[in-house]
Amino acid sequence: MIKFQMPNLGADMEAGTLVEWRKQPGEFLNRGDIIADVETQKGLIEIEVFEEGTLETLLVKEGEKVPVGTVLALINDGKAEVKVSEIPSGETQKPEVHPIEDVEGKPGRKSDKGERIKISPLARKIAEANRVDISLLKGTGPEGSIVKEDVEKAISEGKKPIQETEKETDETKEILAKPALPAFDAIRMAVAAAMSKSNREIPHYYLEKRMDMSKAMDWVKEANKERPVQKRLLPVAFLIKAVAKALDEVPDLNATWENGLQRKNEINIGFVVSLRSGGIVVPAILQADSKTVDEIMETINDIIPRARAFKLRSSELSQSTFTITSIGEGGADKVFGLIYPPQVGIVGFGEISEQPFAEDGMLGIRPVVDVTLAADHRATDGLIGSRFLAALNKHLQNPEQL
Amino acid sequence: MSGMIKITYREAIKQAIREAMQKDDRVFLMGEDVGNYGGAFAVSKGLLKEFGPDRIMDVPLSESGFTGAGIGAALAGMRPIVEVMTVNFSLLAMDQIFNNAATLLHMSGGQLNVPIVIRMGCGIGRQLAAQHSHSWEPFFAHVPGLIVLSAGTHEDARGMLLSALQSPDPVIIFEYTAMLNLESEIPADSEAVGITKAKVRREGKDISLITYGAGVYKCLEAAVALAEVGIDAEVIDMRVLRPMDEETFLASVGKTHRALVVEEAWKSVSISSEVVSRIMEKAFFDLDAPVERLCGAEVPIPYPKHLEDASVPQVMDIVDKVKKMLRS
Repeated sequence: MIKFQMPNLGADMEAGTLVEWRKQPGEFLNRGDIIADVETQKGLIEIEVFEEGTLETLLVKEGEKVPVGTVLALINDGKAEVKVSEIPSGETQKPEVHPIEDVEGKPGRKSDKGERIKISPLARKIAEANRVDISLLKGTGPEGSIVKEDVEKAISEGKKPIQETEKETDETKEILAKPALPAFDAIRMAVAAAMSKSNREIPHYYLEKRMDMSKAMDWVKEANKERPVQKRLLPVAFLIKAVAKALDEVPDLNATWENGLQRKNEINIGFVVSLRSGGIVVPAILQADSKTVDEIMETINDIIPRARAFKLRSSELSQSTFTITSIGEGGADKVFGLIYPPQVGIVGFGEISEQPFAEDGMLGIRPVVDVTLAADHRATDGLIGSRFLAALNKHLQNPEQL
Repeated sequence: MSGMIKITYREAIKQAIREAMQKDDRVFLMGEDVGNYGGAFAVSKGLLKEFGPDRIMDVPLSESGFTGAGIGAALAGMRPIVEVMTVNFSLLAMDQIFNNAATLLHMSGGQLNVPIVIRMGCGIGRQLAAQHSHSWEPFFAHVPGLIVLSAGTHEDARGMLLSALQSPDPVIIFEYTAMLNLESEIPADSEAVGITKAKVRREGKDISLITYGAGVYKCLEAAVALAEVGIDAEVIDMRVLRPMDEETFLASVGKTHRALVVEEAWKSVSISSEVVSRIMEKAFFDLDAPVERLCGAEVPIPYPKHLEDASVPQVMDIVDKVKKMLRS
């Protein structure tokens, strides 16, 4: 019998609310199946199982909030249980798919179905900033349009229009159990907790190296010529791949510090995603070292929208072994990260910009990126960090070998 | 400070011409009947006696000819003020203004600038009928190379000319025939006014009335009436129609979130069209209601008084329109 526990989805998580069981006792679970939805500060997370077996007993009810580590269910790993394996697999497969589709269908807003809502551009801007559901407002402006005053009134009356919409729908109960997107405050508090812990416990050391990106950028440009628009690569995919390869050479940084240095077998790269409403989440690109640059790009394209919609899976939130933060275009030149505990390093990419760059006694203008590494001095020393940056630079100068 | 004086719009223009001629002997006035007759609208009455026939110059009835002569004088180092009796007659001088004055700096590779000032009476006079009553500011505002000013207040009627004569490039000043007898108080000390920025003539928070020329006093009067019913209107006098100062009215719309553009020129392809476009392009998300316009009716200006009045926006039209925009 396997005890299935409330997983820890990051250093900042203490408890989670079991929102919905996706599987019922008697169903057979395959490795990777989604067994339940859990609400954390970071949103609604789909929880996967990593064992195979038959779901035996559910120990926690939907809607209950329990600490990390609480046993949620018992899974019979079924080696001895001949009965279970006799159940035709076709039957057990079906119910897996439907609940997932349902979940996505439910939050449909009234405004999506009905007529186009007349609202002034200013009122729309204010409504969006304050997350007011405009489909519930009554306009008093020209042609019955919603104007600034109407939105401000709704805000001052403290309506929670988004929830009210949900009450009107048929599947009331199920949806009420489903929290809306997590409040900004919750995200902010989660970031605050993790970063305070990091700053309090981890003695960081910092290294920085300027890297020539001309070969890498040329490679990306050439590569993109052969790709349709949807498959075009961004430099960041390339950088992630290069980091993964460098970690392969310097495994001490692909680790956690938990009663000593614990090297990790997989290289799962956490990638900092800024949320439009403020705050960050860090989904992982699993086994980035064995993915091609194209596969990494595909993963990014898939994971960023899901991260912003709070639809990540548990493995993506909990299994990263190293973190990248990248400023992107038009941003700061350098970024010095704070390590996400219990990891031991974070690499920061500033904006890729053209700069004077000297090499072999010649000065030229080249795209360069300032790369920083923040690492845990308990786990490694500067020499290791420096080796990592050198390895990373080597990969950036040999793009075709990635 | 020497306080305020009460003068007519006509007198304000005359003072400006006199002062400009006193300050700079390169300045001279040329135009139809500006000398012996004292100007078709009596603006230059008495100036011939004061400055003599070399500097107050009557010209033949040929707008193209004398405007061209003025451009030539400007090229030769003079500072001519060319008076075109009304904008309606300037159509005869379009080639000189658009093809010569506006382009010579460009055509000469920057060698020949044309420091001419062309003044024109504009808009409705007093039952002068279609051929003497039109508002053609939009024509001129369309042309790169010109600076186009609209003197909607006494302050500008007196101040704009002095600043325009400082400009190295051709300046068109529109003066408003209907306002010649209108009295207003302005500071006794004349001072040059800026000719690059619009002005907020009245501050308010509920709606921006964006206007120029004959619309300025009308909007100010409407704003007073609106204040009585609790509507706080801001009045923007555009003043500079080219190059258009959009900053001022965009900032105003950013504050009030509503705008009504008022002009006497025909609505289609007008100054107001341009203002509305720029608001759409640059202040869309500040808008709480569609931008609206009150413009001249698209007919040749009629002769009968009641129809003439009906053909351009009046104070009550502005008041009614604003009430509708805010109370619907």
